[in-house]
Amino acid sequence: MLAFTLRRVLQAIGVMLAVGVIAFAMFRFAGDPVSQIVSIDTSAAERASIRKSLGLDDPVLVQFAHYFINAVQFKFGISYQFRLPVSSLLMERLPATMELAICATLFAMVFGILMGVYSALRRDTVLAKLFQAISLIGISLPTFLIGILLIYLFAVTLGWLPSFGRGEVVKLGWWSTGLLTVSGLKALIMPAITLGLFQMTLIMRLVRAEMLEVLRTDYIRFARARGLTTRAIHFGHALKNTLVPVITVAGLQFGSVIAFSIITETVFQWPGMGLLFVQAVQNVDIPIMAAYLLMVSLIFVTINLVVDILYTVVDPRLRATVGRAA
Amino acid sequence: MSDAVVPHRNAQVSRAGAGWFRRALDSDIFYSFRRSKLTMVAAAITVLFFLLAIFASWLAVQNPFDPAQLQLINSRISPLWTADGQSPFLLGTDEQGRDVFSAILYGMRISLAVGIAGVIFAGALGIGLGLIAGYFGGVADSVIMRIADVQLTFPAILIALLVNGVAKSLLGNRLDEMSTLAVLVIAIGLSFWVQYARTVRGSVMVEKNKDYVAAAQLIGLPAPKIMLRHVLPNTMGPILVIATINLALAIITEATLSFLGAGMPDTMPSLGTLIRIGNNYLFAGEWWIVAFPGIALAGLILSINLLGDWLRDALNPKLR
Repeated sequence: MLAFTLRRVLQAIGVMLAVGVIAFAMFRFAGDPVSQIVSIDTSAAERASIRKSLGLDDPVLVQFAHYFINAVQFKFGISYQFRLPVSSLLMERLPATMELAICATLFAMVFGILMGVYSALRRDTVLAKLFQAISLIGISLPTFLIGILLIYLFAVTLGWLPSFGRGEVVKLGWWSTGLLTVSGLKALIMPAITLGLFQMTLIMRLVRAEMLEVLRTDYIRFARARGLTTRAIHFGHALKNTLVPVITVAGLQFGSVIAFSIITETVFQWPGMGLLFVQAVQNVDIPIMAAYLLMVSLIFVTINLVVDILYTVVDPRLRATVGRAA
Repeated sequence: MSDAVVPHRNAQVSRAGAGWFRRALDSDIFYSFRRSKLTMVAAAITVLFFLLAIFASWLAVQNPFDPAQLQLINSRISPLWTADGQSPFLLGTDEQGRDVFSAILYGMRISLAVGIAGVIFAGALGIGLGLIAGYFGGVADSVIMRIADVQLTFPAILIALLVNGVAKSLLGNRLDEMSTLAVLVIAIGLSFWVQYARTVRGSVMVEKNKDYVAAAQLIGLPAPKIMLRHVLPNTMGPILVIATINLALAIITEATLSFLGAGMPDTMPSLGTLIRIGNNYLFAGEWWIVAFPGIALAGLILSINLLGDWLRDALNPKLR
């Protein structure tokens, strides 16, 4: 068990190092940082002195070491556009993205499980067919189209919900939250649905398939034979056993939710990390792009690591096979 | 699809004198195609979209990429069937006097071209790396598959955006419309190769232990020839399915990049660019600028997805 955990941690560190090399290569070689900072009429001598002060004349390996040491301390350099430290920009935007991603995941899980269970138990009803159609649309339509559609319906036509921004936010220490004000909550509804819709269809399909599978097993038949009520069988026995893979998928998907929030945040002008990243791509702000890549990779790698280790804790069978393979 | 009711039609294939067309009509695949109404509708819509895109220059009333043909006098006209509609602008015009219908035709051409080129590039890259990994094994295999594992954890759109940003930074002002197209194709190719590589590697590892490969090695054929001429054709079935589903994904990715402002420029809009432009006029009540490109994109993706789903089931021998 310890050996397995250790190996997975080492693997995760290896992945982070590889991503770090890519981020550094982008930071250093894609575009000339000096020409982004100075204006056109800066003299060559001044450019040279800026180069020196930025450490761009050092050997590449030294520069990588510098970059790496700084990155570990969450120092990602200065943004070209804002002339501010990238880390403080990201930290300022982190709460918005995290709140959006968490709410989207909760929405996806609650509705995905409900719709999945319903369409497994009442397979041939109209409502179940409707859910299937929604899931096809959820998988086929690009996220930004769904967002635009929602804006047109609920903001332009009905005027119920705001179409952009985060509403009023309350400061809790360094964390700013929109969950405590009415306008903040209202602003959250549409982005959370847009972002969560794909995950919701995924979870719904998974729950439906798992439920149908479980309902065919012997222990369900045995439970029926024991005379348990249908409700107890469906929710006490069947649903409980479908939830393990569902929670795993939702957990693993959390990283993609954060990455996909790039699109949702652009549609709704949500002031999170994703919007910052898109603006960085448009304005070729390499330090922000590199830092965002590192941040998202860190979140991905951490989630994967935790899920992998939790799996072996929860399921002893896996431990046995892993032990044999090693 | 139920497993039992589809009768085997192979008996008729061997009929003497039947040409390839006859054989195609008699095949299992065509049979399952005819059995699914939804698939036939999807195929018809896909073909229609392709034709519209191919013959765009004959069907459009103007060339939306040519600024000389756009007149500001014609800006913001609503669709033909509304009160303020004006002929010949069937679906209305946008802010710059661009005919929405013509822009959709030309935009679809770009979306399809980028999507197809992206899928071909991703396929070539993935198949090549998969063949090498599967055939040679060892260090090459573990290096390629490690990279694939790492990349698979990141969503394609993030990789495509990064590739795009780096290309923009390297090329700077030299980035015109044509090189943007190339950058998009490369970005899509680099984001989607993993699936091909994994699939091909898997099948190659099975195939390479068979006798015909040993025979080819014995008569001294060079490794590239064995891989391309003998092993590859036996791995093509699943590749075709992946390619179809990937085409929809590639079109979504291109549209998303363009929507985010990291794809095609306003001077040569794809469907995604058109939706981004139209989105700015949604609040002014000019819904048609965004609605029709959106419907076109959604219809295109949905029908390609349906075709991909059907192809996956039809080529899966377990479901027959």
